[in-house]
Amino acid sequence: MARSTTITVEVDDVSYTDDVEPRLLLVQYLRERLGKTGTLIGCDTTNCGACTVHLDGTSVKSCTMFAVQADGRRVTTIEGLARDGKLTPLQRAFHECHALQCGFCTPGMIMQSASLLQENPHPSEQEIREGLEGNLCRCTGYQNIVAAVQAAADGTTTSDSATENGASETAGVA
Amino acid sequence: MTIAEVGRARLRKEDSHLITGRSRYTDNITLPGMLHLAMVRSPFAHARITSVDVSAAKSSPGVVAVLTGSDVAAEQGSLPNAWPVTAEQKAPAHPAIAVDEVAFAGEVVACIIARSAAAARDAVELVDVSYDELPVVLDLEEAATDQVLAHPGLGTNTSATWVFDSGEAGTGKPISEALAGAEVLIERTFYQQRLIPAFMEPRSTVVDPTGEQITVWSATQIPHILRLMLALTLGIPESKLRVIAPDVGGGFGGKLQVTPEEAITVLAARHTGKPCKYTETRSESLMAAHHGRAQVQRLRLSATKEGIVTGLDVKLLADMGAYLGLVTSGVPILGAFMYNSIYKFPAYRFECTNLFTNKAWTDAYRGAGRPEATFAIERLMDELAVELGMDPLEVREKNWITHEEFPFTSVAGLEYDSGNYEAATAKALELFDYEGLRAEQARRREAKDPVQLGIGISTFTEMCGLAPSRVLGALSYAAGGWEHAQVRVLPTGNIEVVTGSSAHGQGHETAWSQLVADKLGVPFENVEVLHGDTQISQRGLDTYGSRSLTVGGMAVLAAADKVIEKAKVIAAHLMEASEDDLEFAEGKFKVRGTDQSTSLGEIAFATFSAHNLPDGVEPNLDSDATFDPQNFSYPHGTHLAAMEVDTETGRATIRKYVCVDDIGVVVNPLIVEGQVHGGLAQGIAQALYEEAVHDDAGTLVTGSFVDYLVPGAPDLPHYTTARTETPSTTNQLGAKGVGEAGTIASTPAIVNGVLDAVRHLGVKDIRMPCSPSRVWAALEEAKLSGGVQ
Repeated sequence: MARSTTITVEVDDVSYTDDVEPRLLLVQYLRERLGKTGTLIGCDTTNCGACTVHLDGTSVKSCTMFAVQADGRRVTTIEGLARDGKLTPLQRAFHECHALQCGFCTPGMIMQSASLLQENPHPSEQEIREGLEGNLCRCTGYQNIVAAVQAAADGTTTSDSATENGASETAGVA
Repeated sequence: MTIAEVGRARLRKEDSHLITGRSRYTDNITLPGMLHLAMVRSPFAHARITSVDVSAAKSSPGVVAVLTGSDVAAEQGSLPNAWPVTAEQKAPAHPAIAVDEVAFAGEVVACIIARSAAAARDAVELVDVSYDELPVVLDLEEAATDQVLAHPGLGTNTSATWVFDSGEAGTGKPISEALAGAEVLIERTFYQQRLIPAFMEPRSTVVDPTGEQITVWSATQIPHILRLMLALTLGIPESKLRVIAPDVGGGFGGKLQVTPEEAITVLAARHTGKPCKYTETRSESLMAAHHGRAQVQRLRLSATKEGIVTGLDVKLLADMGAYLGLVTSGVPILGAFMYNSIYKFPAYRFECTNLFTNKAWTDAYRGAGRPEATFAIERLMDELAVELGMDPLEVREKNWITHEEFPFTSVAGLEYDSGNYEAATAKALELFDYEGLRAEQARRREAKDPVQLGIGISTFTEMCGLAPSRVLGALSYAAGGWEHAQVRVLPTGNIEVVTGSSAHGQGHETAWSQLVADKLGVPFENVEVLHGDTQISQRGLDTYGSRSLTVGGMAVLAAADKVIEKAKVIAAHLMEASEDDLEFAEGKFKVRGTDQSTSLGEIAFATFSAHNLPDGVEPNLDSDATFDPQNFSYPHGTHLAAMEVDTETGRATIRKYVCVDDIGVVVNPLIVEGQVHGGLAQGIAQALYEEAVHDDAGTLVTGSFVDYLVPGAPDLPHYTTARTETPSTTNQLGAKGVGEAGTIASTPAIVNGVLDAVRHLGVKDIRMPCSPSRVWAALEEAKLSGGVQ
């Protein structure tokens, strides 16, 4: 076993210092060492995007980098998005547009969408589709995911009615 | 008057934890002292194992134990096949860990048990397995010749031959007469490529052997069947096994299995006495989780010159792969009932030969037999139209069952209860602008536009709600097709619904809450749906075959009816009224003609306190129901695809996709819409993108998502969806089923559209997936053979 390295990483506003093997992937560090199991692993080849997180505010696939590369940096996962129990507009939009079924691609899809909207706050349908190219979903056929990103961009989600423990309301459009 | 819940686009109860990362997928579970497994897999598709040396692996850091096939030979049993389609069906023994021989690349030959997943994987490379390679049979048509045997011990590659003949069954005329008297005979061979379900959550199993009961968490569609089958396979009393399907990240039939990895994880936990976890990598998943489709369809369709079909003869070669999984052998048989689709064929014969090859075994994949059948007949109807120079819609209209003719007994012997193909088609044509697109197509042909336009049609039906137990019995399936539910009334009047049909993305918690809210007149929010744990949901037959609403939902409604019956006795007693004078509406029993009433909540508390109940009445409103359907339900629809084909690059893109589905009464239109979208995506993926490819040695070439092309957002179109509603008459709700419709209908619509775009250039057929290289090659071949008209 290779010698371990000490890293300090801020994850979802908490600073962690740990000894890690150099080969440990960031996603394994998040899941196995920090218990951040909201971030998921769907493939071994950086194709599916289920493990997408933000590194210093930009989306990365956490299976594509080593934990040691995150040393001194700030990571945001799906678990750190909602603040004080209040969902972000994107999380609300995914709920309201029925943009998830099994939910496995959802954390990565939301993190990538957030990054996309940061770069391009008013994307066209085609720009959304291309922006999500690196995130696979097997359930939804993408249409409602695209609609959710559009709704978040347009600010057409219901503002404060949905909380983290989500009161279920009826969809505005069926 | 409260608003009816059934029909409302309720947002899902399931979403909150999934959008915030508080998910409970199997791989998220960590238990004290938990060990991790990694599998050693065969690199050869067919070989004899001569020795397995685990000494180096055992001394690798962190390794606790290594299990080989010989170590567990006495206790691992043989993995189950629950569908012996004929009495003579042949099948090899199917040990979870191979003992003497491997029959596909990816088969497990040893299992490492270590303190961490990384330590387990490190040790995989240290296991030294010696193999004597054996010849492989990979191609289905070669397998049928028996020149190379996938399992030499069986003496043949044929597992079973299953025949349906309408002449013999008395459901139609003999096919021989139809073929002999054919004015037009269409003969085609279609290839259903091998697909991989590719659920997003890799399979994962955690087994806790501590305590008196072994607890198994697994990423499975079938916790109840898994419990029974693990008990039978491994010789564990069923009562000593508890199976939990927590959050499950998609299945599509791919998690309708009793897997070697699940059995091995139980064995490992039993050997070590410690909790064990196995989670596959994506490449392991693509290689070794069961595949789907993989059939060769030899078809003959006879018709009159007017386009009236007189008979259909189907000869199928179905690739079982190396073993028979849970329902491997039955999947093509399910298709047998759907080749005649929505049409009034007078004669029909179906013959299926189930063949072994040295590839991963096949089994259920979204639609399971029905997409293959629908593809074949919808392609054939287009071929007939071309042969006769008719519009493909006209050919279909001439042959389909009209709405006045229901109920209709099909030539395959099913009783279609309801349908209106005319209405769905009319609506689809209107949304599609059929005439406008046909005019554009003519213009582009005339102008020799490099991008040609084609219109693909698919009118389909399917059988949903698997399944009437007696029908399954007649087809030699080992189990029944009922579903169980329990409705519990808590002292506060809140309701718990226990369902045997556990969801893995389908939204049962929301939909079942809507059903019960209406039935019992309680708020949607006050209903909690529990599922996926055999300790909570003790009976069930799980989720597949678009059965959840039409079978499981009906069990829920029946259990709720029983709650009302029980509550009525107590309500009458409390209000000192006669039961005959009571009516139940909006959650209250009212005494007719008075303003006296009592709510279900009040009755619930009175039942809990039990201070004042009628003599001999149990203080309990909870009710169970087991529903066994008497018939399938038959959703149908018309799908239209406008395909643009770039004749210079061969690239086919979807310009417009319109589908009108008739799935009967809809509980939640939002969930239905989602099911349709996802189904379309998978059907389109078969038509254009996906194929499991092996090299000549039997190694999977498409072994990662780099090569196995699950479509992404830019690869799929915006779908236009609509519905017509012809209620099913086979269940009290009038619902049909929607989980597989999109997948079944879309594949032929797309391929028919691609061919329609290039047929005038001499292209007659293109094998799926219609990738740019295949389309381009077909165009080049047509040019060379002088096919340009």
